[in-house]
Amino acid sequence: MLEVRNLVKHFGPIAAVDDVSFAVPKGEVLGFLGPNGAGKSTTMKMIAGFLAPSAGTAVICGHDILARPLAAKRAIGYLPEGAPAYPDMSPAEFLGFIARIRGFSGREARRRIDRIVERIHLGEVMNQPIETLSKGYRRRVGVAQALLHDPPVVILDEPTDGLDPNQKYEMRRIIAEMAPDKAIIISTHLLDEVEAVCSRAIIIARGRILVDGTPAELRQRSRHHNAVRLEVPIGSEARIRAELEKLPGVAAVEAVDDGEGRALLVFTHASRYLAGEIAELARTQSWKLTTLRVERGRLDDVFRAVTGAAPELAPP
Amino acid sequence: MRNTLAIFSRELAAYFATPLAYVFIVIFLVLAGVLTFFLGNFFERGQADLQAFFTFHPWLYLVLVPALSMRLWAEERKSGTIELFLTLPIRLREAVVAKFLAAWCFAGIALALTFPFWVTVNFLGDPDNGVILASYLASWLMAGAILALGAAVSAATKNQVIAFVVTAALAFVLIVAGTSTVLGLFRGWAPEAVIRAVAGASIFGHYSAVTRGVIAFADLFYFASLIVGFLAANAILVDLKKAD
Repeated sequence: MLEVRNLVKHFGPIAAVDDVSFAVPKGEVLGFLGPNGAGKSTTMKMIAGFLAPSAGTAVICGHDILARPLAAKRAIGYLPEGAPAYPDMSPAEFLGFIARIRGFSGREARRRIDRIVERIHLGEVMNQPIETLSKGYRRRVGVAQALLHDPPVVILDEPTDGLDPNQKYEMRRIIAEMAPDKAIIISTHLLDEVEAVCSRAIIIARGRILVDGTPAELRQRSRHHNAVRLEVPIGSEARIRAELEKLPGVAAVEAVDDGEGRALLVFTHASRYLAGEIAELARTQSWKLTTLRVERGRLDDVFRAVTGAAPELAPP
Repeated sequence: MRNTLAIFSRELAAYFATPLAYVFIVIFLVLAGVLTFFLGNFFERGQADLQAFFTFHPWLYLVLVPALSMRLWAEERKSGTIELFLTLPIRLREAVVAKFLAAWCFAGIALALTFPFWVTVNFLGDPDNGVILASYLASWLMAGAILALGAAVSAATKNQVIAFVVTAALAFVLIVAGTSTVLGLFRGWAPEAVIRAVAGASIFGHYSAVTRGVIAFADLFYFASLIVGFLAANAILVDLKKAD
């Protein structure tokens, strides 16, 4: 439904987006990840037809955004970064204007506005000027505007930014609900959001795609993937650690004291699955374990590793 | 057409959504009255016409019209709504024309609200209403030309104050180019063709011609080409500067 072909955008000598290509089929929610200034928003602006690419193009439902911008824009629902909306208008007036531009009038316009307002819970603020609304409501007005015409391609730039946890949950539910019959791209800083709603993630930095895969595939690239977490009595920690380090396949053992408590983390070579051997060792040596758990891997590891903030990364 | 109408309505309503519209209309009417009755010696002239009223319009518009045009694009760029606006399925020229028409229509409303002046002269005497109608047309066309200029300037900046000042300065040049003071600077050394060109490029000359009651094709063509030319520049500037 959406195909991005070799998009390039130069701002003076800087390549903000450098040869980005990907396709999003129907039913997929693509998470666009990357540090600030990585080129996420610039890419989205080009797909939505706001910025002209320096090279490459995007094809939306068969319509090239450069050759047939109107047809392509009709097929897109776009929430720009920061959810801009006319501050003097109320959500009712604003959505009325969007409905008119999208070609709906009379009863059809009212029906569509009512439906989206109910779905996004805007009812109680419909007649207040948008400038008086909270950040969360403004963001929802922006999302309502993007979804009003039920577009096949939805591009949301940071849809949950500024929302409280309940609103975030609600927004993710809305995205998940419409996912089956749309192609959706969302950009986000939040890695848990990718896990929660995305069926695929792209990590972009300095304008280039660094990683493209499902969240599970991404996690496998984390050094925490298949690491084993052991919670042991403090007195026996040193002894157990020494034993674990002797076990073949163990790359490193680290003592951690994170939010979940004090524990030993056993990293394995090439993220091999070693939980069986470790459990066996614990039984033969009669360790008093309170927890033994296999880690799935952490997206923030992968994110930091591929975007250059952390050096270590298990080979894929 | 449907899009143009939708944008036009939104833009026109936007003037009335803030106090801008009311402040503008009140100040416009008060200034027009003050200039006509005190500076224009409306009563002392003892003639039933609105010449005292229309003489001051170029100077009145110099100050007030840029205040209408300054927000057209600068506000959209400042608040980021331009990204929303230009990713809707509309053509750029529809957007440019609709915004201009909304501002021009608003100027027309303000101008129409000066009808008590017209009523007054008709009550006091027997004026040539054809001349008055032509003068109203000239005034509205002049407002349109300055608005189109202002819309283009507004597209080039995010800052409404800059848009206002630059528009007023450029409009000043366009207007005074045809006054006798400026033309006098050229007289004596410049060839006649240059003087004619300067006078011909000026809003003042064409405005004065129409307010005398002669609606000539050349004058209409002049205003139309100013408007079309500035709107074309407007579209180009929006496209160039929208992402800054």
